[in-house]
Amino acid sequence: MKPVLNGFPWIGHHLSLVFDKLGVHLLIAGIALAVAIAIALPIGVWLGHVHRGSFAAINISNVGRALPSLAVIAIAIGIVGLGRNTLILALVVLAAPVVLTNAYVAVDTVDRDVVDAARGMGLRDRDVLWRVELPLALPLLFAGIRTAAVYVVATVPLGALTGTDGGLGDIIVNQASYRLEGVVGAAICVAALAIVIDALFAGVQRISTPRGLRGQIDFAAVQTAAAGNPQEEGTPP
Amino acid sequence: MIIADTVIPNFGGGAHSCVRENRGFCWSWVQDNWNSVLWPAVRQHVELTAIAIVIGFVIAFWLALLAHRRRGLEAPITVSTGVLYTIPSLALFQILVGFSFLGLNRLTVEIALVSYTLLILFRNTLEGLRSVPADVREAALGMGLTRRQVLTRVELPLALPAIVAGLRIATVTVISLATVAAFIDDEGLGSPIFRAIQSNVFKTELFAAGGLAVILALLADGLLVLAQRLVTPWARRQRA
Repeated sequence: MKPVLNGFPWIGHHLSLVFDKLGVHLLIAGIALAVAIAIALPIGVWLGHVHRGSFAAINISNVGRALPSLAVIAIAIGIVGLGRNTLILALVVLAAPVVLTNAYVAVDTVDRDVVDAARGMGLRDRDVLWRVELPLALPLLFAGIRTAAVYVVATVPLGALTGTDGGLGDIIVNQASYRLEGVVGAAICVAALAIVIDALFAGVQRISTPRGLRGQIDFAAVQTAAAGNPQEEGTPP
Repeated sequence: MIIADTVIPNFGGGAHSCVRENRGFCWSWVQDNWNSVLWPAVRQHVELTAIAIVIGFVIAFWLALLAHRRRGLEAPITVSTGVLYTIPSLALFQILVGFSFLGLNRLTVEIALVSYTLLILFRNTLEGLRSVPADVREAALGMGLTRRQVLTRVELPLALPAIVAGLRIATVTVISLATVAAFIDDEGLGSPIFRAIQSNVFKTELFAAGGLAVILALLADGLLVLAQRLVTPWARRQRA
C-alpha cells in the first residue's frame, strides 16, 4: 500500500518533470489525434452523406477496434524503425477507425425526413450537408472523437515501452531512475489525464449539440455507435 | 549489388544471413522458433485472456443481475467500472504493482485485465436484460413462471445477443491489453515483442509476434460473431 500513497507526494515534489513529460505526452497525442481526424472525418462524413459504403465503414471500425495497440506499434517499428513518428503513425492507425465509423453513422442516421424537407426547401447539396446533416450529427461525431482522444492519450505511454518517447510513460517504465514512487506517481498522472480528457471531450460534445437536441440525448448512452450497436465501445490500450 | 552479394558470406540457406542482417521478415526464423518461442507465447496469451474473461464475466454478470433488481445500483456500478476502464493499462499495471502484496506476476496482470472487462460486460448484460419487452415478461409471469424461471427461460435468452456482443468487445480488449502485460509478467505475445525491441529491433520477431496478436484478436472476434449467430438463430430469421 505504501508505494501507492507515496506516489502522490512524489508528484508534488517533481512538478516540473511531470509537466515536462505531460507536454510531450499531449503533443504526441494531439498530433496523432489531429492527423487521424483529418484523414478519417471527411471520409466518414462523405460516406454517410451519400449513404454508401456502410459495410466498409462499419467493418473498418470492427477490425480497428480488435487491433492490439502494442502489436500495431511493434509492426510499425518493424516497418519504419524506432522514433516518435513511428509512434504517431501507429496511434493514427489505431484512432482513425473509430472516428471514421462514428462520423459515418452520425451522418448516415440523420433523420431522412429532415434531409428531404431541407432539399424541398431548395437547399443545395452542400448546404444540406453543412447546415442540416452536420449539426444534427455533431453529438455522435464528437462521441467518436472523444473515444479516439482518450484512446490516444492512454496509448502514448506504450511508446516508452518500445524505446521511443512516451510522454509520462517514460517515467512509468523507468523504475531504475524514478523508483517505485515515481512510477506510481506518473501512473496516477496518466490515469487522471485520461479521465480529465474524457470529461473535457464530454463537455465539448455537450456544448456542440444543437440547442434543439439537448435534453433529448442521453450522453452516457451516446458513447460510440460502432457497428450501429450503441452497446459497443472502443478498446482501451 | 553483385559485389555486395559476393562479400556477404553465405551459410548455405540464405535464411541465416536474413536474420543476421535483420532484413525484413525472415520466414526461416519463424520456422526455427515456432515451437520454442511463438507457439508457447500464443498459448500463454490465450490462457491469460480466457482466465480474465471468465472471471470478469462472472463478476459482471452478478453485478448486472443485482442492478437489474435494484435500479439504484446501476449508476454507482457504471461509474466505478467506468473509471477502471478509463485508466490506461500501463498505468493500472504499475499502480497495482505499487500495492506491496502484489508483485510482478500473473495475479497482478489478471486483476488489471479483469477490471477492464467489467464495464463492457456489465453494461451489455444489463442492457440485454432491460431490452426484454415488458409484455413478454408479464406474459411469462402470467403463465405461472417464477421470477427465477422468467430470468433463466425468458430474459437471459433474449439478452444473449447483447451479452455476446459484450463478450466480443471484452475479449479483443483483453487480448490487446495482455500484450502490454508482458511488461509486468514476462509471458504472452508481448514478451517476444519486448525482446525483439531490446535485441536491436529484430524485425522478424516484431512482425511475427505483432502479427500473431492481431490474428488472434481478429480470430477471437470472428469466432464470437459465429457463436452469436449459433446461439441466437431467431435473430437471423427475423432479419431475413
